[in-house]
Amino acid sequence: MDHLEIARSMFGTTMAFHIIFATLGVGIPLMVLFAELLYQKTNDRDYAVMANRWTKGFAVLLGVAIPSGTIAGVQLSLLWPGFMEVIGEVMALPFQIEIYAFFVEALFMSIYVYAADRISPWMRIVSLTLVALGAVASAILITNVHAFEGTPAGFRFENGEIVDVDPWAAFFNPGFFTTAGHVVVSAYMTGGFVIASIAAFKMIKDREKGRVFRFHKKALMLGLAVGGIFSLLTAFNGHQSAQLLHEYQPEKLAAAEGLFETQDYAPLAIGGFTDRETEEVKWAIEIPWALSFLADDRFDTVVRGLNDFPEEWWPPLYVHTLFNAMVGIGTLLILLSITGFFWNRFLKKKRFPKPMMWAFVASGPLSVLAIEFGWIFACTGRQPWVIYRMMKTEDAVTGASQLGTLFVLFTLVYFVLGAAVVLVLRYYFRKHPVHEAIDIKE
Amino acid sequence: MSDVIIAISLLWGFIFIYAVMATMDFGAGFWSMVYINKEKTNATNIANRYLSPTWEVTNVFIVAIVVAVISFFPGATFTLGTVLLLPGSVILLLLAVRSGFLVFSHIAEEYRKPLTYISGITGFLIPGLLIIILPVTHGNFIEVRDGVEQLLVGELLTSFHAWTFFGFAVSSTLFLSSLLLADFSNHADEQEAYHIYRRDALILGPITLTMALLVMVTMRYEAVWLYEGMMEHLPFLLASAGAFFLAGFFLLMPTGQGKRGWPRLAVIVIVLQYLLASYAYGRAHLPYLIYPSITIEDGFTNPEAFRALFITYIVGFAILFPGFIYFWRLFMKDKRYAKQQKSNYDKK
Ligand code: HDD
Ligand code: HEM
Ligand code: HEM
Repeated sequence: MDHLEIARSMFGTTMAFHIIFATLGVGIPLMVLFAELLYQKTNDRDYAVMANRWTKGFAVLLGVAIPSGTIAGVQLSLLWPGFMEVIGEVMALPFQIEIYAFFVEALFMSIYVYAADRISPWMRIVSLTLVALGAVASAILITNVHAFEGTPAGFRFENGEIVDVDPWAAFFNPGFFTTAGHVVVSAYMTGGFVIASIAAFKMIKDREKGRVFRFHKKALMLGLAVGGIFSLLTAFNGHQSAQLLHEYQPEKLAAAEGLFETQDYAPLAIGGFTDRETEEVKWAIEIPWALSFLADDRFDTVVRGLNDFPEEWWPPLYVHTLFNAMVGIGTLLILLSITGFFWNRFLKKKRFPKPMMWAFVASGPLSVLAIEFGWIFACTGRQPWVIYRMMKTEDAVTGASQLGTLFVLFTLVYFVLGAAVVLVLRYYFRKHPVHEAIDIKE
Repeated sequence: MSDVIIAISLLWGFIFIYAVMATMDFGAGFWSMVYINKEKTNATNIANRYLSPTWEVTNVFIVAIVVAVISFFPGATFTLGTVLLLPGSVILLLLAVRSGFLVFSHIAEEYRKPLTYISGITGFLIPGLLIIILPVTHGNFIEVRDGVEQLLVGELLTSFHAWTFFGFAVSSTLFLSSLLLADFSNHADEQEAYHIYRRDALILGPITLTMALLVMVTMRYEAVWLYEGMMEHLPFLLASAGAFFLAGFFLLMPTGQGKRGWPRLAVIVIVLQYLLASYAYGRAHLPYLIYPSITIEDGFTNPEAFRALFITYIVGFAILFPGFIYFWRLFMKDKRYAKQQKSNYDKK
């Protein structure tokens, strides 16, 4: 690997690690908040137990989210100093405001966890709301930096100098709302399905099907409801994201769809692999006209193909697969939650069939995978640009040369932390099983 | 005041706050490790009670500093990013292990000891590495090779100056944190823990002062420009040393009923001492961010960006301020918290 490739792999690995914890850090507080609210409304103690247990899990995840995020933030300056020079000058606001979001989250998280018994229930809900708001604000703000990379605004380069800086124009760059919206709803969706996964798994393992089973059933239904609603929103908003690409980064959309020739009535290719030689997507299912409609809500929309662009600007062609996997998972999970609700509400069945239960178990990991695919697609699909049509990635990279060893060390630490987090969570919840918590509360 | 002076003062303020909070944070982690086997004295519990709610808040400051540097001084980002890649990465790796295992040690009770050891030891090294960034900015360890600035790691590792900074940071960490924990245990009426931490502070104070003197001595040889600058602010340095002795006096003074020391006053005076000394250091360092290549003027951002940032600072801290006060009242002032036998994690 050359220097640039190591730097990319290293940063990609850091982000791929951080995003798991970051996404859950956005999604889980919302679930805890819903559980607290349901408890206040129904007075059903099970919901209080859920809020308590999810908070425990969340606190452990934060123990990794925070250091990995700190790594992400510092590594951004260490590995891409050329990029951060521009960001510092033009796009510092989101980073700056994000600090306040972090403070809000950190302060009220500590208050919610360590002072829970000394503050009123009302203040608990306020603290929790602030935690959830802090988390979602930090996600929105950092995503804005990513949006800016794709749809830069608020400055120009003149002879290599940055001129005409307008920080607020940069902040409200054209991609901001759509991109941030997509990240937020997909994180809420993931939070819901991860809770549903765990609950479903516990229900399958539970042989007695008694009190504890009913507890998990409630958690499952809550997770499915949240996951289902937000997966719908994710899909709607994803459609907008695609239109954004059509307008601002057409070669990314072309690569995502494996489209080489510019055309109207363009077909949508689902599945398959893009073949450079024959300029087609092999083994794909083609839906005629659908891509044109996706791009701008009309069948006669002209969608630009890769051949319109110089080849050194092409993103890697495998992004087609990543994009398909993300959309595929999204569609699948929408169908799954609709079926689940139909089964429960309209057929009034108490139990779900086994295969459906296992599908619920898969839903959480699948959402996390979709997040990973989506991000790798978005970041890799932007190549060779770090700021679209403004700055090449190779011009942003650090000149320092010891990257190889560091890459190995960071990867190692992620493995250790990842393994430790799983072990600690398993240990804790084994030691404090649900039935004990329910008994104490009753 | 010009914009650039406001910016560098804000940055200096963040670094100062972080330096104090972080030394207490990492130090508390270290003490909770050292006294883990003394189950009767509660010294470990006191350290943990301080540490549990605060470490996340402290951590945000490190991010705030990085953001303040790149947003106020984007022109310094390239050089700083490049030369700090190696030390910065080592710090990040230690920080990740430290924070992770700190949280794990509160959750996995049976494995508390090994987990606390890992977080205690990694945490105790971090301040020493963080402070190494200062001698790097003094200029001797950067060389331009093929048009790119490179850090001379070998030279840095064999420099007396760098090592005295390392020693100073480590002893300061232990000193400040033992002093603060002495106050915290006194506040919680934990007399045994108080005696232990007061004793530690009394031992570590003189060591820290010696390290500070060694820093000055080596600076005289390795960073003459800075040494001369600091000598121009000699009154601040003398006042700082005076504050140190005053703190010693407050710790030793009998207060009746067989008790000794007035830890709250000692803490305040010591913070004042660090404030005076860091002010002298910061003033002497100006106008250079990195000697001799980058001054604050070269690195400074454009006026539009500065104005927008400055507004968000004011609005942001106005909004956050009540939050900080509430936090302080719940965890530092409320005796019910300080006296709790166990943390909430253990109870539930
Ligand atoms: C649970 C996760 C999830 C799911 C089910 C979906 N997405 Fe997504 N998608 C993301 C999670 C995500 C993401 C990880 O959050 C990304 C990466 C960067 C971003 O802004 O959001 C993303 C990016 C992303 C982009 C690229 C934006 C860019 O490069 O700037 C497009 C065009 C779509 N999505 C479109 C869709 C469509 C049409 C979906 C149909 C169901 C869909 N996504 C489901
Ligand atoms: C909002 C947050 C993010 C920002 C601001 C961001 C920014 C960047 C930057 C500056 C680079 C390096 C330059 C470049 O290759 O263009 C990069 C590369 C990369 N990022 Fe992101 N990123 C973000 C989130 C993520 C996430 C969550 C992932 C997780 C999977 C990810 C995966 C990658 C990968 C794989 C690369 C290497 C691209 C390649 O060389 O093909 N990014 N990103
Ligand atoms: C380049 C990209 C990113 C950078 C530089 C970054 C930076 C950070 C930093 C510095 C922290 C630690 C904050 C602390 O000290 O408390 C953190 C935590 C977190 N990040 Fe990221 N992050 C990135 C991507 C993302 C993305 C894409 C999301 C959301 C989808 C996200 C959401 C979070 C959340 C929820 C936390 C939890 C901890 C907290 O807020 O205190 N981050 N991140």
